[in-house]
Amino acid sequence: MAVAAREQAAVELVDLEQTSLRDLNQRLHDLARAPGPSAWRIVNPSGAHALACGIDAEVEVEIDGHVGYYCAGMNKRATVRVHGNAGTGLAENMMSGLVVVDGNASQSAGATGRGGLLVVGGDAAARCGISMKGIDIVVGGSVGHMSAFMAQTGCLVVCGDAGEALGDSIYEARLYIGGSVASLGADCVEKELRDEHAAQLSALLDAAGIDADPSGFRRYGSARQLYNFRIDNAGAY
Amino acid sequence: MCGIVGLFAKSPEVEERLGVHLAAMLGQMNDRGPDSAGVAVYRDPAPSGASKLTLFSPDPHEDWAALAAELGESFGGTPEPGVRSSHAVLVVETDAAEAEAWLRANRPDLRVMSAGSVIEIYKETGLPRDFVEQFSLTDLQGTHALGHTRMATESRVTTEGSHPFSTGFDLCLVHNGSLSNHNRLRRNLRREGIEFQTENDTEVAAGYLAWRMREGATLEQALEGCLEDLDGFYTFAVGTADGFAVLRDPIACKPAVLAETDEWVAMGSEWRAISVLPGAADATMWEPQPEIVYVWEKTPV
Repeated sequence: MAVAAREQAAVELVDLEQTSLRDLNQRLHDLARAPGPSAWRIVNPSGAHALACGIDAEVEVEIDGHVGYYCAGMNKRATVRVHGNAGTGLAENMMSGLVVVDGNASQSAGATGRGGLLVVGGDAAARCGISMKGIDIVVGGSVGHMSAFMAQTGCLVVCGDAGEALGDSIYEARLYIGGSVASLGADCVEKELRDEHAAQLSALLDAAGIDADPSGFRRYGSARQLYNFRIDNAGAY
Repeated sequence: MCGIVGLFAKSPEVEERLGVHLAAMLGQMNDRGPDSAGVAVYRDPAPSGASKLTLFSPDPHEDWAALAAELGESFGGTPEPGVRSSHAVLVVETDAAEAEAWLRANRPDLRVMSAGSVIEIYKETGLPRDFVEQFSLTDLQGTHALGHTRMATESRVTTEGSHPFSTGFDLCLVHNGSLSNHNRLRRNLRREGIEFQTENDTEVAAGYLAWRMREGATLEQALEGCLEDLDGFYTFAVGTADGFAVLRDPIACKPAVLAETDEWVAMGSEWRAISVLPGAADATMWEPQPEIVYVWEKTPV
């Protein structure tokens, strides 16, 4: 108990049963302009939406429990760890920093993300990494259908399986899949996994703290046939 | 948008407080569906040979006792109306089909919200939080229940257009989404003898399930048929006398979360709805996969 109390003294503890979500998010936003606590612990999130959204500061935020939609959206520089599951749109449009969810994430995790690293320890549902633009995403479990749809750049690493239409209309993102792929989307093909890719994959697994054997993975990417509209490809749309 | 909740009790304690839990879950989904709200609660089985109906009257001064007396004269017994706001539950000493036929002939102004032996449906326009108060939901005990909060897209905001929809005995459906082929399907189902009270898309899905099950399909088979025959977006929760089932369409853009403990199984559009249940923090929680039918049923005693 004494140890716990000492640890908590250094950490800003916010109980969402006592503090409103809006007040908490405002305090986190204020860190972009004025110094404040560098470590935060949020308890009783009870599935609240837009929790720890829009932080622009080098802080560490830990959340004990399940979160709702759009958690850690637009994150810049901060580390946000969720000890639970996350709803739709986790780390949507993340710019930089690190977001880690111990459990599962609902659909559209990491959507449109521009940078940083998103780690989902369990499964991510449909449309993981949709339109990703530079973010790296590492999923310990499996992802649902239409993941990496129109993914532009960055890497999606999936240790388990991928659902239907993986990488549909993909641009230059790299997809590393450890398990099976239900089906590939239009213009997504398997590609050779060369040494540079193996090194990138290992580095991403290390950064995510996920213990998986990189040798079993396959790489998928764009066949680059749909970049410009060609009437011959009409059937693929 | 719309919000859906479902709760299946696995212990007598949860059965005892089913209404309290259901009201709390519905309250959490208030903002997803501020147009109307409704619940289906499975409780108090009617005695063998009798049936239970939930009726809605648009007349706030409806004399339910007089109606009960008339039903008693026609079918025997002394039915006691269980009145909750604009609705009343009546146990009638005949089968549900007979009782419905009598009501159609004698009281066409009343709407049969549900019929069967265990189901009770209450639904009304207005804020879900107000609905919970208006219908004293926290009093209710039961084995399982579904609830819905509506943000209307496909048809008018009326009591009849609120969810749950029931077109079969002890069967009901709540829906988050919208169906695009409901008009044609309604025409086809009418030819099969399924009756509809509204122009609502969800009522057609409920009618489709009733038709498939009438033709011999199990609940699971009927739901799998939805994947072929319904066009549109849906997360469905279906209640039967014994339990409930959940299905999401192949695209699965309408949300759903499932959670289970030793005490209960719950579903909700969002985790917020489930987080108010006792022991929720330690529940096993997962997102239902598209195109997979999930079913929980009471084991027959």
